[in-house]
Parts: sequence; structure tokens; C-alpha cells
Amino acid sequence: MEDGCANRGLPMFKKFMLPALSSAALIAGAGAAFAECEAPIKVGVLHSLSGTMAISETTLKDTMLMLVEAQNAKGGLLGCELEAVVVDPASDWPLFAEKARELLTVHEVDVIFGNWTSVSRKSVLPVIEELNGLLFYPVQYEGEESSRNVFYTGAAPNQQAIPAVDYFLEELGVEKFALLGTDYVYPRTTNNILEAYLQDNGIAAEDIFVNYTPFGQSDWATIVSDVVALGADGKSVGVISTINGDANIGFYKELAAQGVSAEDIPVVAFSVGEEELSGLDTSNLVGHLAAWNYFMSADTEENASFIDEWHAFIGDDARVTNDPMEAHYIGFNMWVQAVEEIGTTDVDAVIDAMPGQTFPNLTGSTAEMLPNHHLTKPVLIGEILEDGQFDIISQTEPVAGDAWTDFLPESAVLESDWVDLKCGMYNTETETCVQLTSNY
Amino acid sequence: MNKTLLASNRSVLIFLLVLAIFTVAVTLMAQATGFGLISTSFVKTLGKTLCLCIIAIAMDVVWGYCGILSLGHFAFFGIGGYAVGMWLMYARTEEIVAASLANQPLPATAQEVSDAIGTQIFGVVGSSELPALWMFAHSLPLQLLAVLIVPGLLALVFGWLAFRSRVTGVYLSILTQAMTLALSLYLFQNDSGLRGNNGLSGLQNIPGVSAGQDWVSVWFFWASALALALAYILFAFVTSGKMGSVIRAIRDDESRVRFLGYHVETYKLFVFTLTAMVAGVAGALYYPQAGIINPAEIAPIASIYLAVWVAIGGRGRLYGAVIGATFVSLLSSWFTGGGAPAINLGFYKIVWTDWWLVLLGFSFVAVTLFFPQGIGGLFDYVAVKRNANYGPDDGSWRAEEGKPE
Amino acid sequence: MFRALLLACALTVSAVCASAQDLQSVLQEDPALYNKPSRGTTADAVEALLASGAYDVATFLERWQGKEVWQHDDGRFVYVTDSDPYTLIDIDTGEEIGTADKGELTQIKPNAGVRGVIGSALVRFQLSDPDPARRIAALDAINRDGSAEHLEPLAASLEGETDPDIAARKERLLSLLTARFGDTTEARVEAINSLAEGVSLDSRAALNQILTTRSSVAAEVPEGTNVARIRKVDDTFTVDAAYAELASAGLAPTTVSDADVKSALTAHIVDGEVAGVPVAQMNDPAARIRAYQSLVDAGQAAPFVPPADREAAVKAHIFFDAYVEPDAAVTDAAYAAMRDVDLKVSAMQTADIALDAVSLASIYFLAAIGLAITFGVMGVINMAHGEFIMMGAYTGYVVQQVIPDYTVSIIVALPLAFCVTFAAGVAMERLVIRHLYKRPLETLLATFGISIALQQIAKNIFGTQARPLTSPGWLDGALVFNDVVSISYIRIAIFVLALIFLALILFVLKRTRLGLEVRAVTQNPGMAASMGINPDRINMLTFGLGSGIAGIAGVAIGLYAKVTSEMGADYIVQSFMTVVVGGVGNVWGTLAGASLIGFLQKGIEWFNPSNTLAAQTYMILFIIIFIQFRPKGIVALKGRAAGN
Repeated sequence: MEDGCANRGLPMFKKFMLPALSSAALIAGAGAAFAECEAPIKVGVLHSLSGTMAISETTLKDTMLMLVEAQNAKGGLLGCELEAVVVDPASDWPLFAEKARELLTVHEVDVIFGNWTSVSRKSVLPVIEELNGLLFYPVQYEGEESSRNVFYTGAAPNQQAIPAVDYFLEELGVEKFALLGTDYVYPRTTNNILEAYLQDNGIAAEDIFVNYTPFGQSDWATIVSDVVALGADGKSVGVISTINGDANIGFYKELAAQGVSAEDIPVVAFSVGEEELSGLDTSNLVGHLAAWNYFMSADTEENASFIDEWHAFIGDDARVTNDPMEAHYIGFNMWVQAVEEIGTTDVDAVIDAMPGQTFPNLTGSTAEMLPNHHLTKPVLIGEILEDGQFDIISQTEPVAGDAWTDFLPESAVLESDWVDLKCGMYNTETETCVQLTSNY
Repeated sequence: MNKTLLASNRSVLIFLLVLAIFTVAVTLMAQATGFGLISTSFVKTLGKTLCLCIIAIAMDVVWGYCGILSLGHFAFFGIGGYAVGMWLMYARTEEIVAASLANQPLPATAQEVSDAIGTQIFGVVGSSELPALWMFAHSLPLQLLAVLIVPGLLALVFGWLAFRSRVTGVYLSILTQAMTLALSLYLFQNDSGLRGNNGLSGLQNIPGVSAGQDWVSVWFFWASALALALAYILFAFVTSGKMGSVIRAIRDDESRVRFLGYHVETYKLFVFTLTAMVAGVAGALYYPQAGIINPAEIAPIASIYLAVWVAIGGRGRLYGAVIGATFVSLLSSWFTGGGAPAINLGFYKIVWTDWWLVLLGFSFVAVTLFFPQGIGGLFDYVAVKRNANYGPDDGSWRAEEGKPE
Repeated sequence: MFRALLLACALTVSAVCASAQDLQSVLQEDPALYNKPSRGTTADAVEALLASGAYDVATFLERWQGKEVWQHDDGRFVYVTDSDPYTLIDIDTGEEIGTADKGELTQIKPNAGVRGVIGSALVRFQLSDPDPARRIAALDAINRDGSAEHLEPLAASLEGETDPDIAARKERLLSLLTARFGDTTEARVEAINSLAEGVSLDSRAALNQILTTRSSVAAEVPEGTNVARIRKVDDTFTVDAAYAELASAGLAPTTVSDADVKSALTAHIVDGEVAGVPVAQMNDPAARIRAYQSLVDAGQAAPFVPPADREAAVKAHIFFDAYVEPDAAVTDAAYAAMRDVDLKVSAMQTADIALDAVSLASIYFLAAIGLAITFGVMGVINMAHGEFIMMGAYTGYVVQQVIPDYTVSIIVALPLAFCVTFAAGVAMERLVIRHLYKRPLETLLATFGISIALQQIAKNIFGTQARPLTSPGWLDGALVFNDVVSISYIRIAIFVLALIFLALILFVLKRTRLGLEVRAVTQNPGMAASMGINPDRINMLTFGLGSGIAGIAGVAIGLYAKVTSEMGADYIVQSFMTVVVGGVGNVWGTLAGASLIGFLQKGIEWFNPSNTLAAQTYMILFIIIFIQFRPKGIVALKGRAAGN
């Protein structure tokens, strides 16, 4: 903890400039006396509170505040009070890099929890690596990346997309796939991986229909008709949707309007959770699917108390919980555990202490941090219910997250291991470390 | 030449002096070169603001002086950023790839190196081919040339088509907006070969430079300040003298200038293209400081904000554009950064992160309605009037004539 | 086995253990088959149940399918009624056997695939069920996953069918099944010919399944193969591709790839050189090939296959597609039927695209029609037009919160949205735009300021999450002409709404006093004023009218898409382009513009269905170029009315 919020005696000017630079909404402690500690431990929260991504990310900011508050109520960390430093990168990708730098150099936070979109993560990566920060990233993503300074608490493709496709192949007997996505990196990469995986599993290239639409697409009539028409050769059709955000509303409305039932053409979505469904009338969508590592309907005691705590914190019993919230819950608690174990928040020490940490997740199994900085996660598949919740119909044992997918030839030879190999991009064929920093 | 220019435009001298003092002050306060009073991220913010000032001046020339309300200048800014970003990404990746391939038993062929670079850069967006667009990416001089040429060429073709068909006023604004929308939609596609929505990232890492970001930020700050000074002088030159008079005359009454025998289209095309090229340079300096460029940067809204800055700063005066860009962008980051204290009204708490845009929107209406001269207009009250007001709605007198008092 | 049964009996406390074949004991033989069912195992599980001869297996299957079977912690399978504490019901006897808390029970949730298998097994029980709903469920199951076994029960059930609709469906399904699984060639061909009539998805599916082919290659076509076509080696099917196929079929040696060369060279590095070529030179592909050739000569690597050899090998083989179906008569009939159907389908698809285009055009028209008045007629640039659309949509949302009945709420919301945005428009005109009539470019900026302010205010009030605006039940679903051509009712409603507004605005502008005054004021305000018209009042009303229509458009757009604070921004640029392309100052122009853009976008989408973004990009490019050549739009005003 040789960190210092103990300001290094910088003169007045910095104090004067600080408010101009800072975007800190500082959260008061829980009132306990933290006498042993001269400065609080700072937890940076880097989630957009305005702009297009505020929809999803504000909830995560609140989750972090709740977790910090709960930890302070338990007596803080290492006898110190935790202090959440919240900044608003405003869904503006370059601003993410700027705010990350600000968190690390001006506020000197010990750890950052943040980001949602992949592009924002790619924007932040060089800064985090340059300044040796620590980032916990809570959202399912496309993989093909490994950074020493980042812990990926969301799902890698093999923890969400691949099992969902397996479910389509084995349980639903789907023979023809429509991969519909919003045109950005997560759907593109995920669909690439899935195309390769499906072809490995004997699905012909012409039986895979891929379509990309812009963010916020609302005219879905033609695309849904195209998908329905896929069934003309008698093969059963399934839709893998990586459609993001608002566009889902128009898409599901069109599905309902064209009477596409889950029995005829099942749709499995990777970006639609409880939060997104609250903007929809789900009575026509019953039976369509989503794959996540957590559903609010998970029937465990941990989940029940998490939901209660969330409702109490946010003051609204109608608010839902979702998968990235669980990721933050696991990530934060693992970090606390690691810090307590080694007695310091020093970034290098924490990075070394993180792999091997275990923490019970909210769905009844245990999450373990792996040497590749990914978690083990169970894969849950849920069917949409009338009330906007999911009925969990399939739950696997925890699956180890894989940074580099095995289904694309370029990345099949790559491996990430920060414990033994000390490399995030290790080529197992040539047995060399391709690069130490991550690709961005 | 320059002497007469400076002599007739005292504001240029004053501006350059202020800019120089500011640059020295920031240098002295920066972490690498001075006493470390301001953080590296703030130096970057200031450097970026200077780049925004450059494009704001360009916008002022094209709108405030020439009367073309272009809602597409950020497209040129973005192209400049992309052009330099391609080299930055390519060169950085080449270093990594070379280091990695050096470990294999056989030395790599040129084809293997280029394949590996393609995989590195485009692996992120699920592809591995290096598109034809990147054929010059290995060469810094060629890409720097592209910073000037591509925006210039686009502006030339677009402007030639538009001005030739006498598309003017609001129509032209909408058309320029359509242009930037089309470009951003095109770049949003993965197939465009510029990594789609992800854009080019990690641009702050300059290949071959081992110095830390504290140094890099100062270098770029200096470069931006220099570019701003040069742009200011260039545009002061363009907007003064006889050519300046013609340009302003076009703004005030295009048909009359045409009847007087001037080739209006050529003048407009010249201004449009020149400002586009300067915008490209500004973008090339801006994005290495921002670290990432992606298509959202050139969405139509960005160009509208540009017009907002110029209007708030004061059209028809170059320093007005600088003031507007600096004032609004810094104020905006102060408000959205949560720096402004929340106001508690008792029944409702105004949090500025939420209400800043509302304030900006309405203050903009107020400026248009009540202060068409913008903030720059305030200087008219303090400055000694040496010659006439050449701002919008006030005719287009030449400096020699002066306004009949 | 016997012990397991005993155990099962012991476990089933109250079950009647009289017969070893009761349901509970069959289930207990392998509970995992039933409480964690998977599609692969369910068919066997169902067979086991049916084979056991236990009483009322059908009821159990139905409830299993409907997620109504629960398992008690002690292993018993039960039905339940009530909720917490649940009353347990024995699955064999149907009697109540006590209660249990939620914690002791696990609901069994078969997934959709398992439910499908169960449904397919249930067919034989349901086909002649007195309840029509069950018969329809059985037909649905056959429709989804028909198999040869269904043929006989289906044919048998046809006789006693009373409901004519169901009977017709049964007959249709019967011919589908006969076409695929019929006993005799004659019966199948007859069934296939009957399928050539329509364009329905299931008949095409049946035909395509009969026509399934497999690609293969051989020195000559084997005896008895039902060949679909011979693949000629030409530009599309290249020699390389053909040779690759030969190699993968094991009929020719594989070619040596660059990667093979590399790995062979790597494996033979000796003292910094490979076969006499120094490693340092290996960055040259020619040097690599030279070194590899030396390895080949030394017998240490597989030889290259020269192009001439490859061509000869390809020539020596026949590449062909063969039908999986051996009966040539059947495939011929199916092929002929399919050709007829395909022709009809492509005609239908064109019709469907045209319908979609009309629908898209009507949405653009509806979004732009307000602008056609404020911008087109008055010449005022209103960048906040999109936000008026958003205000209308939010009005609809708020009304739905107050009035739960969707039909009533829509009827209330439409005029209310008009009033709200009319008021907003009038206020904006009086406070801002009136002062800027002489400075159109500044109107653009001022209204843009209002636009971002309104957007943010909406965010502050309603949050950033999309809000539901649900259409009434009678607008759910689609008008289905056949399996290819259909259009959702909500889009038809939007189309009708657009037509109504077109008529309304034409009427107002051309046939009323207000319209006359509007036209007078826009053409020459000074002259109009001297004729006793109050231009201020007219401008205010006109602007209000345009804004009010935007509000109604907002409700309509919210119904079919989404309600967010940013929805207006999605339409604003598009709307301006619609008006500009169509021609300013003319409502017909806006209609023409919307149609052009709608059809164009759908047309481009049709050519490149996998990339909607490209369609939008090219459409905008087209518009930019179009305006260069026709700056006044499609319907250009002539003479004085054109102004400057």
C-alpha cells in the first residue's frame, strides 16, 4: 500500500486545478472510524453515466457503490475505508482513455472497475498498461485479448456463445443458422468464431446466414422475412443474436408481428438480459432464449440476499439484476480477498495474488480466477417468461474462460498464462511470447 | 507581405503573443518539462483543445467569412486522424511482429511479415487481411501527405459538384451533413478496412519512441500550438486584403459578386478545400493525443458542435473561433466531469452531469437570439475601433476603405 | 433390476405397488432421463414409458411437456397444485399424497428440444383426441418434425375428423408426408405434383428435402446413382478447387502448401542451413522453394504436384452431385415441381420487398411530413423536429401508464400527442424562430440547441432505458397473403396514417382559407399582410401544425420501433433528405422523396442482404449525387413560387 492518496506535498496549484480535472463524486464512508489508516483505499469506477451506454453502465456504477458501501460496513479493507471515485466517460471512447489516465494519475486509485463496450476497453488498455493500473472488466466479450493488467470477469466466447450454439445443435436440432448482429467488434468476432465452430460441426457454409445492422436499427421487416425464408429447404432454423441495445426492441417486435414462435425459429441472444426486456412487452416472446452466466431467477440463497441488498440500496423493488452485475460482485470480492491475503493494494502484488482466488458465484457454484485472468463460469440458458424474467432450463458446471479461441486458426495456437508463462499471447507452436502488452 | 498583414491585423500579433505565453506557461507546469503542477492528462486535454481551435478557425473562415455553413468539417478532421493513425498502428505493429518473428527458426518472408501485421491489426475485428487501403501505411511521409491530400481531394470534388450546381444556404448545410453521415456510416462497416466501429486505437504510443507519455504529451502540445499559430497566420492572410473582401462579399450577397464578374465558385471552392486540409492537419495532431479514433468521431453531431463553438465564440473573427472552442470544450469537460457543484433546489437537485447539455442548448439559443457577435463581440467594447466592423450582417468593406463613420 | 424396482417401490411411499409397471417405478429406473432430459435421450425415455404399459402415460407426457411435473427431494416424481406449501398429487393414481414446501421440490423443466420430442410422441394419442386444441397441437408437432411413423396414424385419423379446417390441414400434412415417405413411387409423385400448387414454406421444405444432394467425385459414376448434375470444371469451379476435392477424397496426393514447406524446412535445419541453403536467405520465397526441392530430391519431403499433373488428375475424374433419394422418378417430379414453385416464389419475393419498401417509405413520409410543412412550405429549418417526434412517442408512453387499455390509450394518445407538440411548436415559433426569419442558418443552430436540450431533458425525466409503447392487440400480428408475402398490421396502420395525413395536409393547404393564407404568407409576407392577413398568426399556426403532426408520427413510430430519448435523432437527417430530395415547398414532393428513398434502400438491401449498413451508406451517397444534378428535388416548383 505504498500508494499515496497522501498527497506528495504538491502546492496549492494542484489543489486549485483538481476540481477542474476531477470528476469525482466522492462517497462518504459508512461512518465507522478507520483510525489505523491515513488515507482511504480508492476504487475507481469507470462507467458511462451519460450518452448511449448510460442505459447499461449506470446500473454497474450503482452496483459498485453498493459493494463498496457494504465492504465499509464490514469494516473496510486492511483497516482502511474504501472510497469509490466515480468518473463519467460519457460513452465517448477517447474520453475513456482520458478518464482512466485521470483516475490513475490524479486520483491515484488502487483499482478500476469499469467499461462495457469492447471499443472502450481497447481505448483504455494502453493507458492501463502504461501506468500499470488494474482493471476489472465485467461484460461478456469477444476474447482474442489478454492483458496483464486486466481481469476479465465477464464471459469469454467459450463461456457463452459456444455453449449456446451447442445447445442449438444438440438440444434443439438446429441445422441452419442466422447470425444477426449489430455491426461492431463483439458481434463480428463472435460470429467469426461461431462460423468456424459451426463448420467444424458439419454445418455447411451456405447454411449460415450472417447479417449486420447499424446501432439502433428499427426496420427489421426484411431481415426477419429473410430469416423465415431460410426454412424453405426443410432444415430447422435458429437465430443467434448479438444485436445490441435498443435495436433489440424493434427486432423482437417484428418477430412477434410476423408470428415467429420459439418452437419454429428459436432466437438465442447474448446481449439481451433482464434490463433490456424491461423495455418490452414480452408476452409474444415467451420461449425465446438468452445465454448468460447469471439470471436474476437463479434459485440460491446468495442470489436472494444479493437481490435484497440491491433493492434496499437502490430503493426500488422493481429494479432487476443482471449478469454484468454478478461479474462485478465476483470481481470486487475476489479483489478484496486477494488484498486481504497479501496485506497490500500494490498492483503487481495483487496481480500475482489474483489467479487461484475462488469465490462463490450467485448461481450456486464457485468462480475461480484462472492464470489467463478469466473466471470459471457456469453457462446458463434461459427461456423468456411473460414477466420479463428468464426460466433457467440449462445450467452447466463452471467452464474455464479461454482468452484465445480454439476455433480460429490464428488464435488456436495462442495461449495466455500470466502465472507460469508470464505472457498473454504465447504461441504454442513456436513456443515464443508474441507480445507482452495486449493488442489494441 | 507578412509585415503588412501583421500591421493591418493587430489581433494576429496579440493572439500569437497570448498563444506563446500560454505555451510557455503550460511547458513550465507540465510534468516532463516543468514543475509538474498539471497532470499529463490535462496537458493532453489542452493539446487537444488547441487542435479543436484549429478546426474552429477553419470553420470560422468557411462559415463566418465565406457564409458556407458546412456541417461536415469534422469528416475532414477525422480523415486526417485516420491517415496518421494508420501509420501509427502499422508501424507499432510492425515492431511487435518483427520482434516476435525474429524468434522463429526461419527468417520471415515479406509476405509472412505483412500477413502477421494484418492478423495483428485486424484480428481484433475478426479478419486477417491487410486491405488495399493500407498500401501506404508503412510510410510516414506518404501517410502525412494523405493527411493533406485526402481531405483536400474530397472537399474539392464535393465542393466542385455542390457549388457548380449552385447548391447554397441551408441545402448545402444538409448536403455536407449527409456527406459526413455517409462517411461515418461507411467507416462503421467492418468491411471498410479501417476496423469498423473499433477504429484505430493505441495511437498515443508513438513507434520508435521510448519516452513516456509525460514527454509525448508535451511534444504534441507544442506541435499543436505551432500548428495553431501557423493556421491563424494563414487564415488571417486569406481573410485580409482583396481576397478577404471578395470572400466576405460572397457571404453577404453572392449574386451581386457574381454579377461583378468574380468567379464565385472558384473562391468558394478554394476556401472550402483549404479549410478542409487544415482540418485534416488538426485531426492528425488531435487523435494521437486522444489515443483512439473511430467513426463516432465524425458523426454529424460533432460538426454541429463545431458550428456551436464558432457561434458562441463569435463569427467573422478568427480569435472568436478560438475563444469559442476553448471556452465551450473546457467548460463542457468541467461540467460533465462533475467539477461543477450540484445545486440543491430543495425539491430537486440539479446535477450538472445531467443538466449541462440542457444549459448548453438553451445558452446557444440565447447567443443566437441576443448576442449574434458571440463572446468575441465583448472585445468590441474594450478595443479601440481602428477600422470598421467586418463581421456578418455588416457589409464587406475593404480595409483601405474603412466604414464611413 | 429387481432390486432397483424394490427400492423404487420403497421410495414411493404411497404409490400402489401392485403392478411393477406403474409409472413411478418406470421413472425411478433411471430418474436422470426424466429430471434432466436431453433431446438425444428423450426418444428412448418416452419409448420406455410407452412400452411399460403404465396407465395414462399420455397425461404424464403432456404434463412433463408443460413443465408441470415436479420432483420431491426424496426422489418421487409428483404433480402439484396450489403453491407454497404445495399439495402433492400422485402421478399414477391422481390422489393427493400430502404437502411439501417449495424448498423440497424441484420443478422439471424440459427444454424446447425435449418438448418437441415429447410432442412428436404424443401425436398418436392426440390425433383423434376429442379436444380440437390437442389435435391442432399434434398437427403442429408433425409440421415441425414430421417422420415416417406419423404417416399411418395421420391417415387413419383423417376418417373420423369432424372439423373441416383441421381435416384440410390433415390432408395437406398427409400429402407432405406421403411425398417424402410414401410407399409407392406413384403415390409419392402424385403427392409431389399436388405440392407444386402453392408457395408455402412447408411444401418447399418437403420438396427440398427430397431434392437433397451430396457432392462426390469418382473415376466414373457408380451404378445406381441418382445423379442430379455433373459439375464441370470451369471459372467458378476451378481446377485448384477440384483438385483439393480430389485430394481430400484420397484420390490424389495432396499439394504442398507454403506452411508445409516451412515446417519441412524448419525440421531440417542443420548447422544454420537447410540442404545447403543458408537459413539467413530463407526470407526469400524462391530460396525456400530451392531448399525444399533439394529436400525432395533427397527423399526427405513430399514432392510438389506440378500443375500439369493436377490438371490430368482432375480430367480423369467426374465431379457430380447425387440425390440422396434413389428413386429417379420421384426426384424428377420433385425437380419439376420445384421449378414451378421457385418461379412463383421469386415473383412473391419481389412483391414482399415492394411491400416492405412501401412500408418504409410511409414511415419516412410520416416522419418527414411535419418537416414538409415547416421546412418545405415555411422554409424554417427545425433541427428539433426529431425531438417533437420523440415528445409524441413519450406522450404515448405516459398515456399508457395512466390508461391501461391499449386501444383506448392509443385513441387518447394520438390527439394528445398532437396537442402537446402543437403547443411546443407554437411556443418555439413565438420565442425563437420568429426572431430569426431573416437568418435561416441561425435558425438551424438555435433549433439545434433546443434539440439537444429537449433530448437531455427527456433523458433526465424518463431515463436512458427504452420505454415500452405497446400496440393494441388488434394491431398484433401480420396480414399474411402466403408464406412469402406478409406485412404486419402495425405497418399497415402506419401506411394508412400516412395516407390520411397526406390527404389532410393537401386539403388544408389547397382547400381551406388557412391554406390559402399560408401560401400567401410564404410567397410574399408583405403583400399578404397588406391584404389583411396576419402573417405572425399564420406562421405560428403553420409551425404548430407541422410540429403537431410530428407528434402523431412519434406515437406511430414508437409503436413499431422503440421509445428512447434519442429516437428523434435517428430520423432527423433522413427526414431532411426526404424533403430535399422530394423538392421543397410541395407535399407531393415529400411523398416522392420518401418513396424514392424507401424503395432505393430496400432495393440495395435486396442486392446485399447481409449488410444493412452498406444500404444506408449507398443511399446517402445517391442522394448527395442526386441533389447535384437536380438541386430543386424531384418535384421542383416553377415560376414565382419557387422563390430564390
